Amino acid sequence: MATRPSPRPPLTERLPWLLPMGFAVLLLGAWQAWVTLADIPAFLLPSPWRIAQTLVQDWALLWPAWWVTVKITLWAFACAVVLGMLIAFAFVQSRWLEAALFPYAVLLQVTPIVAIAPLIIIWVKDPTTSLVLCATLVALFPIIANTTQGLRSVSPGLLAYFELRGAKRWQTLWRLRLPSALPYVFTGWRISGGLALIGAVVAEFVAGTGGTATGLAYQILQSGYQLDIPRMFAALVLITLTGIAQFSALSAVSRWALAGWHDSEVAR
Amino acid sequence: MQPGEFLSLLGPSGCGKSTLLRMMAGLLTPTAGEVTVQGEAPTSAAARDGLSFVFQEPTLMPWATVAANVRLPLDLAGVPQTESDARVAEALAQVGLNGFGGQRPRELSGGMQMRVSIARGLVTRPRLLLMDEPFGALDELTRHRLDTDLLALWRAQGLTVVFVTHSLSEAAFLSSRIVVMAPRPGRIVDDIALDTPWPREAHHRTSPGFNAVVRRLEDALSAAGSDTHAHTSANADT
Repeated sequence: MATRPSPRPPLTERLPWLLPMGFAVLLLGAWQAWVTLADIPAFLLPSPWRIAQTLVQDWALLWPAWWVTVKITLWAFACAVVLGMLIAFAFVQSRWLEAALFPYAVLLQVTPIVAIAPLIIIWVKDPTTSLVLCATLVALFPIIANTTQGLRSVSPGLLAYFELRGAKRWQTLWRLRLPSALPYVFTGWRISGGLALIGAVVAEFVAGTGGTATGLAYQILQSGYQLDIPRMFAALVLITLTGIAQFSALSAVSRWALAGWHDSEVAR
Repeated sequence: MQPGEFLSLLGPSGCGKSTLLRMMAGLLTPTAGEVTVQGEAPTSAAARDGLSFVFQEPTLMPWATVAANVRLPLDLAGVPQTESDARVAEALAQVGLNGFGGQRPRELSGGMQMRVSIARGLVTRPRLLLMDEPFGALDELTRHRLDTDLLALWRAQGLTVVFVTHSLSEAAFLSSRIVVMAPRPGRIVDDIALDTPWPREAHHRTSPGFNAVVRRLEDALSAAGSDTHAHTSANADT
């Protein structure tokens, strides 16, 4: 959408990254100075510069591990989106179904994944599948809860209009409920995206050995055993950057889809 | 009621005028008796095709363009795109919104949003148009303009309109017949046929004939009001 040519918006609005980036530079500078001046050994706390060097040196090791973790995260996120939205569709079709099943969705949410991951890893032979399953379980609930809420948050007037025109259930779902729910759906996606990544890492921690395909969590564990703390931090940095990238991508999708009609995304 | 009439249902809140309109549309079912629209139950497909309902609010889909909002009833009925495009353009032209098809509802004023809502009502080419206080939330000037345009549409299209309002002057300006209703219990207290000639222009609002109609409506409503009063006090005595 075209932005209004208003008299010079503040710097923070024109460059939304400026403040967080400035803060990062400040923080990293202080960290670097402290580690250098206090002469802290790298196996206790590596300096940012040392971490960056390790990231480059161990790239051959970290890159495949990163890709494994990203694949598991994306698969888990996709499964959670499809499954969660289908469950939400079913919930709005029938109050009975929702009343009967929603407590179990909550149960799923409050059960710690570390507690059930070993079981899943025993039950499911293929290690990648079991990791995807664990991460999906972690990411599922926000999608169910937000989508259900969104599908119910429909303007009563429009609902009456659809009823008046004799709209079929699927027409009401597809043309009215789903578009109305989009802001909620995207909120659910953004929360679940981060959770899928956390789930993928935690599940691999529990699994210990990833078999043939080892992800970043395995690299962190290995680095810990070998007291290679800089590499541990490098792996951690990769996980963090991945999470931020995913969140930004989902926010961009949300902005694009809501632009021009929803209050949250209309240019002020 | 007769085909081609412009019938206003006039009365204070709670007299059942909106309820009556919703029963005509099949949104509510009467507790006793039955409603027929052109000999059919209002919920039947045939009746649905023949009538359109315009709500108090524009009730537009904020994510869809004006054209997509107007096309909605055709989409729901499965009308092919090539045909619906032409009918959408026609309906937008009828309400004076040529060239606004690509805009989103929030970019339009309240009056224009109401025009979109009316276009959505017209696009199915109904014989009967049911309107539930459609201009109640608009400022007076906008309301006058929409009233005038609605009359022109009604005459040009040969529509039958049932128009719910609580504005005496709006009812007097628009109608060929006014049914005055009163609350507690909801009932009809007067049924007035207006013989004011057409077309009615804006200056009709200041003519003596117009004022006489408003006076008669006022009398009917206040008589009904005092009637209700006497009723309650009689009950209190017993």
